[in-house]
Amino acid sequence: MNSATRNKYRLRFQHLMFGLLHASAAINVLALSGVCLYLAIHGLSSLSWEFLTAYPKNMMTEGGIMPCIVGTFLLAFGSMILVFPIGVATAVYLHEYSRHSRLTYYIRFGINNLAGVPSIVFGLFGLSFFVTFLGLGVSLLSGILTLSILTLPIIINTAEESLRRVPDSWREASFAMGATKVQTILRVVIPAAFPGMLTGCILGLARAAGETGAIMFTAAVYFTPHMPDSILSPVMSLPYHMYILATSGTDIEKTLPLQYGTALMLIFLVVGMNLLAIILRDRLQNRNKQ
Amino acid sequence: MNTRKERLIQWLLAGISTLSILSMAGIVLFLLLDGLPFFKDYPLFDFLFGLGWYPTDEPMEFGILPLIAGSFTVMALATVIAVPLGVATAIYLAEVAKPGMRRIVKPFVELLAALPSVVIGFFGMVVVAPFLQNFFGASSGLNLLNAGLMLAFMSVPIICSVAEDAIYSVPRELREASLSLGATKWETLTRVVLPAASSGIGTAVMLGMSRSIGETMVVLMVAGGAAVIPTSLFDSVRPIPASIAAEMAEAPFHSEHYFALFATGIVLIIFTLIFNATAFRIAEKRNSGIGC
Amino acid sequence: MKIKSIVMSALLALCAASPAAAAESITINGSTTVLPIIQKASEHFMSSYPDISIVLSGGGSGTGIKSLLDGITDVAMSSRDVKSSEVKLAADKKMELIRTVIGVDALVPIVNTKNPVKDLSIEQLRNIFAGKITNWKEVGGNDAVIVVVNRDNSSGTYECWKELVMKDTRVMPKALTQASNGGVAQNVATNPNAIGYIGMGYLNDNVKGLTIGGIVANAETALAKKWPLSRELYLFTNGKPAGNTAKFMDFMLDPKLGQQDVLKAGYIPLGK
Repeated sequence: MNSATRNKYRLRFQHLMFGLLHASAAINVLALSGVCLYLAIHGLSSLSWEFLTAYPKNMMTEGGIMPCIVGTFLLAFGSMILVFPIGVATAVYLHEYSRHSRLTYYIRFGINNLAGVPSIVFGLFGLSFFVTFLGLGVSLLSGILTLSILTLPIIINTAEESLRRVPDSWREASFAMGATKVQTILRVVIPAAFPGMLTGCILGLARAAGETGAIMFTAAVYFTPHMPDSILSPVMSLPYHMYILATSGTDIEKTLPLQYGTALMLIFLVVGMNLLAIILRDRLQNRNKQ
Repeated sequence: MNTRKERLIQWLLAGISTLSILSMAGIVLFLLLDGLPFFKDYPLFDFLFGLGWYPTDEPMEFGILPLIAGSFTVMALATVIAVPLGVATAIYLAEVAKPGMRRIVKPFVELLAALPSVVIGFFGMVVVAPFLQNFFGASSGLNLLNAGLMLAFMSVPIICSVAEDAIYSVPRELREASLSLGATKWETLTRVVLPAASSGIGTAVMLGMSRSIGETMVVLMVAGGAAVIPTSLFDSVRPIPASIAAEMAEAPFHSEHYFALFATGIVLIIFTLIFNATAFRIAEKRNSGIGC
Repeated sequence: MKIKSIVMSALLALCAASPAAAAESITINGSTTVLPIIQKASEHFMSSYPDISIVLSGGGSGTGIKSLLDGITDVAMSSRDVKSSEVKLAADKKMELIRTVIGVDALVPIVNTKNPVKDLSIEQLRNIFAGKITNWKEVGGNDAVIVVVNRDNSSGTYECWKELVMKDTRVMPKALTQASNGGVAQNVATNPNAIGYIGMGYLNDNVKGLTIGGIVANAETALAKKWPLSRELYLFTNGKPAGNTAKFMDFMLDPKLGQQDVLKAGYIPLGK
């Protein structure tokens, strides 16, 4: 075989393999758009003002999902209000104070492992610790606390990433002007990193809103006819409601439109928030480049 | 100067930071507290290697081997599908795609990771299950194959993003050297870039496996729930997380069944911790390797 | 930031330290089998007693009884009797679990509407679920492998099936499991070779209920104990119900009120 035909063969092979790479990327795009489109086609007709604002009725075969939306919002925002300051404080400590100490090593070890714990294990822990040991019962508070631990690694990691993006020269400039470390962090570093931290917060919100395993023993219930009136009330939540409708309804075939509607609503919320986070992050990156 | 205040704040931050270690320790501690009492009355060997999962029959049997087998087969299938797909997408994003395409495809991959697991499970139930039943003659569409497929789509984004970082961080000079020696782009990729990024890809694979063995809602909804060691792709399985999720609510408080479910939780977390530890061990090696 | 203010007010509510059990509410928790009845009945009850509000949640029989023992719920719904471990726990806490029967449920074996099989004996059912009969042609149907759909092993419905049908035989591990009556019905409706069992309230046109030894499942046969697969549904209280709880229990047992809701939810009201 002369080298010319061999080169032709090599290029052709490359062409073929690159085609496969394109195809695998396309599979991802198709998978996401397929799922979303399918749910949109089947679910759009059930989305109505009434569906979004009414209680489930007649043994959950009719009516809407309002308590689930409220419950999901309370769980997600509640856990973010709790976990965002903690996550940011941890990130500041890790990046600004103690980049390579022994304690830092253990903290990172904790975060990395926490990120890998399955959601159902968070559920078991929440059941054992918050619900039973602390006696909080199946409640909004137990769910918020469980979700806080679950989202902690996301918040810490994104916050640290955005601290890393703040150039060291800014810190040095601030020190040079006589600012203390705390002043530098509060007035220079955190304001610069804040939009990035906010991205993490949105990601955390989305994760908490879409989470099922961690709340099924700690906060979410099958049905409550009332809005939660205290932080110790149990709540309904969108993902758990989705699961219940799809597997445990009284007449699953009949409630299919409700299921599609709930799934679509959940996707709107979670994917929408992620999209927002992605757009925000891209803007930040572009701004940093300029 | 106000150094005392500064010191105080540093200690405060350090204190808050330990919350993540404390949480992790708390999770392990409370799983052990509620899981270990189970072994007072039930031998560990029978638990890990018993073939029957009959937690409410008389006599009770708590053999989780079928559950472990279910978890591992589902994970293996998901990994077999997700690794080539995830790594190929990572290569595409890092090496092949033009910046414009990359900016379109990358968010899709990230959003795929964002899909709530309960929605993917629902999709598996209403779309994939009937499809498997009608076109492949599966006796039930809720089976190993369905669960593996759905889990694969959940772990592709993780594998992809970690692998992409690894490929991206391969020094440009290596590529240029290879190309200047007359290698094609593809040859450079497979013989130079991928080997250099292999440990990062290893991390990606381990993280993907960890994700798919711990995923709950998908296996709860589409795996079928039969506590058997599967012999074909169309057999139904009952992975560990599905069993915990399905039974916990009805198990009488502090009964043997309750403790047994916590004990299976311990087994599950041991598996995921092993995968995670391996992933980070690989990653650490890579970092020190670059330092050399 | 409306949400923030809601959360803040919730936090304040917590500080005020008034747990959910306010004076004028009844907290009910437990079995998802009994839940539809109580869901219907509570709407009905609250329209007659507008000053009493019912906080209803369903987490399963085990959860219901647990929260009753923890004192965070007033009434526990259950599709099974209390277990020895729960009685012991109650004794430790010096509580007494009082059982009230509010209705009867008949378990009905179901097959796909395309399946020609109409009647099976208890023994055939047992053998099918144990995996000894694996093909429909062995019981007079088509030549097809039987797909057995079981309930989760911790559900009250499964326990009832085990007690009345399986006796000492075990359900084969190969059986699919579903989390609820509705899940079984849906699975059987979409799989021509499946067999499962559900509470009578869940029978619909998408599945076919089997007769057992020629007996049809309905309210009369169930109440007359001719139908071999019936079970009672319970509400548990801590001690004799008093105050609002007593009002609710009386309402549930009234043949013109709560018992009508039992019927509407698809279950069988108590006979005279």
